[in-house]
Amino acid sequence: MALKHETPLLDQLESGPWPSFVTGLKRLAESEGKQYAPMMQDLLGQLEYSYKTRKGFWKGGTVGVRGYGGGVIPRFSEVADKYPESSEFHTLRVQPPAGMHYDTKTLRTLCDIWEEHGSGLIAFHGQSGDIMFQGATTESTQAAFDALNEIGFDLGGAGAAVRTSMSCVGGARCEQSCFNEQKAHRMMINATLDDMHRPSLPYKFKFKFSGCANDCVNASHRSDFAVLGTWRDDIKVDQDKFKQYIAERGRKEINDQVVNMCPTRALSINDDDTLDVDNKSCVKCMHCINVLTKALSPGDDKGVTILMGGKRTLKIGDLMGSVIVPFKKLETEEDFEELVELGEACIEFFAENALEHERIGEMIERIGLVNFLEGVGLEVDPNMISHPRTSSYVRTDGWDEEVAKWEARKGVAAE
Amino acid sequence: MSQAQAPRMPDECGVPDPLPLMHPVMRENFGKWDWHDRPRPGVLHHVAKSGDEIWTVKAGTQRQMDVYTVRKLCDIADEYGDGHVRFTARSNIEFMVDSEAKVQPLIDKLMDEGFPVGGTGNSISMISHTQGWLHCDIPGTDASGVVKALMDELYQEFLREEMPNRVKITTSCCQINCGGQGDIAINVQHTKPPIINHDLVANMCERPAVVARCPVAAIRPAMVAGKPTLEVDEKKCICCGACYPPCPPMQINDPVNSKLAIWVGGKHSSTRTKPTFHKLVVAGLPNNAPRWPEVAAVVKKILKAYKEDGRPWERMSEWIDRIGWPRFFEMTGLPFTKYHIEDWRGGRSALNTSGHVHF
Repeated sequence: MALKHETPLLDQLESGPWPSFVTGLKRLAESEGKQYAPMMQDLLGQLEYSYKTRKGFWKGGTVGVRGYGGGVIPRFSEVADKYPESSEFHTLRVQPPAGMHYDTKTLRTLCDIWEEHGSGLIAFHGQSGDIMFQGATTESTQAAFDALNEIGFDLGGAGAAVRTSMSCVGGARCEQSCFNEQKAHRMMINATLDDMHRPSLPYKFKFKFSGCANDCVNASHRSDFAVLGTWRDDIKVDQDKFKQYIAERGRKEINDQVVNMCPTRALSINDDDTLDVDNKSCVKCMHCINVLTKALSPGDDKGVTILMGGKRTLKIGDLMGSVIVPFKKLETEEDFEELVELGEACIEFFAENALEHERIGEMIERIGLVNFLEGVGLEVDPNMISHPRTSSYVRTDGWDEEVAKWEARKGVAAE
Repeated sequence: MSQAQAPRMPDECGVPDPLPLMHPVMRENFGKWDWHDRPRPGVLHHVAKSGDEIWTVKAGTQRQMDVYTVRKLCDIADEYGDGHVRFTARSNIEFMVDSEAKVQPLIDKLMDEGFPVGGTGNSISMISHTQGWLHCDIPGTDASGVVKALMDELYQEFLREEMPNRVKITTSCCQINCGGQGDIAINVQHTKPPIINHDLVANMCERPAVVARCPVAAIRPAMVAGKPTLEVDEKKCICCGACYPPCPPMQINDPVNSKLAIWVGGKHSSTRTKPTFHKLVVAGLPNNAPRWPEVAAVVKKILKAYKEDGRPWERMSEWIDRIGWPRFFEMTGLPFTKYHIEDWRGGRSALNTSGHVHF
């Protein structure tokens, strides 16, 4: 089938070595006899029109599936008079398997469903981690969802809701994994599906799960509730393999690339070419383990650090997540249940205390970390700060009581 | 009497369990891996404590894929791999195989079919991006097109591992910045206040919510030609576009005045240094579809300086931290202006409050 619209600008994105999405769009538009071809013909037309005018022409609206209040991103064309077949081009956000693992049978089934009910265009994956099935009409949205739901896939989040989450490859393939990322991801999200499918929070709320400080799913900044793997005993060192690295790469390289790059100066090479680790100073940043994968590995007493409040620009500016739980074991079922309970408590506090369109990081900025901690029942800890306050504008008339609490907590910890 | 069939209600099944979909070697050795290495760019080799091994071949995709492309990737996985794949956070696809002998034929087939093998270690990986003109309701530019154009330019650096450390590039079509932090971030930066269609505001916008959305309190209720609407104090306006999503008649996108800016030094990981935000280095680049050559030229300038001068394992932010900003601007040949100096809340912490000066 010939293309209905000329696309001289988009055509320029078909040359060059990187895989071209334009070639893919054209393949769909040129698919003789397929129900989606006319839609994709006009979609190409509208996209070319955007390239020419340098403007976008989609507007939102209200489209959903029965029983849910979110998960579909409605798109109606503002230039439907020119491109009528793609006047409706909605996206279904669908949650992928945790860790984004697929077998080919599942991927082929997803393709078949989308070929029957949608545009044939799928993005693996969106920035929140959804499979984005892009290009459904209002009429076909329900049937597409039903077919996906029948094979065990569920819609993700959109709007003022718990959003689709991401977890790294983790224990499935990585020796640096410090907890079962996929289990934590599934337990947390599956416990909060009501807040995903029926958006009623002040604004979005994202969880992300990374197995270590390398943070391969960018949890620290890109989620409201970031779970990072860590450990609290000593780094494990295989001294024979460390000596072998020195023999192969030389002392200077190991000094330059490992010892001197340790952020807390916790490493040095002994005279016999073994590694000396000051474990009390180590912050589990992963660098030395990343470089010397055969000689070094995380310790045995593993768990997670939880950071809260990461977000991008709007409204008050960028925020990194900051520590709200320095360490939590995550091994037994009870451990995982406690993590979920904390997540739920944070969502509840957020729902009750945040302003409209305010992220939890912004709320904490507004009310102060201490008020948030007291609200969800967490104790203050020096791991939550870069340094104590520098401003003397503070009332300290409750000092003695707070000291007593600290001593009591220390007493409990020592028992 | 016939009875209407009850409508199907959703099965709120949530996040699918990945275990049944995983390569059997990964399933069997879950949480019991020992070490890994990278035999060549684009290939990871993991060894489990049991002695089992798995090889991963990583390839770039266009992210927005037609079903024919997805099926082709499945065909490759079935014929040359073991039928199991996963996707990374940056939309690369990973094929897992249980023997080293399968690696080279898989690489050859992928390259042959136009899927570049690379993106591991100290390479430039796929650019994380958004929807743009293809699907977003508020985009200042396209996403997939910018990425395609840039990855064509950076193709060789995806295939190789020759940078000081990994390079994460992101693009965003507005200041909501869905692309996120990056070693290099390419983001739309509007330069003019919104143009308001006063006929439509009252009907389309929840005005108090729009007023509340403005970061600098520049929006206020107004009457124009007898109609309730909103007006913008253009002296206060920072052209961020935050008012546009809740109020489409406040059009912020402009074919000429919506520019692109480049930011450097963002880092998500806590590896070595704490995570960092990216910093503005260039603004005012034209939104020049379909290939954005002016953007590519600046990105390549920055990458060239980093590649030549960065030490092994230094991310962009760590490299700049060592050499200092004066040298960054000198080495890249980029101009330093008054717009680089932070004036947002807490901005004083971005000033040099020491005697440390680079000469």
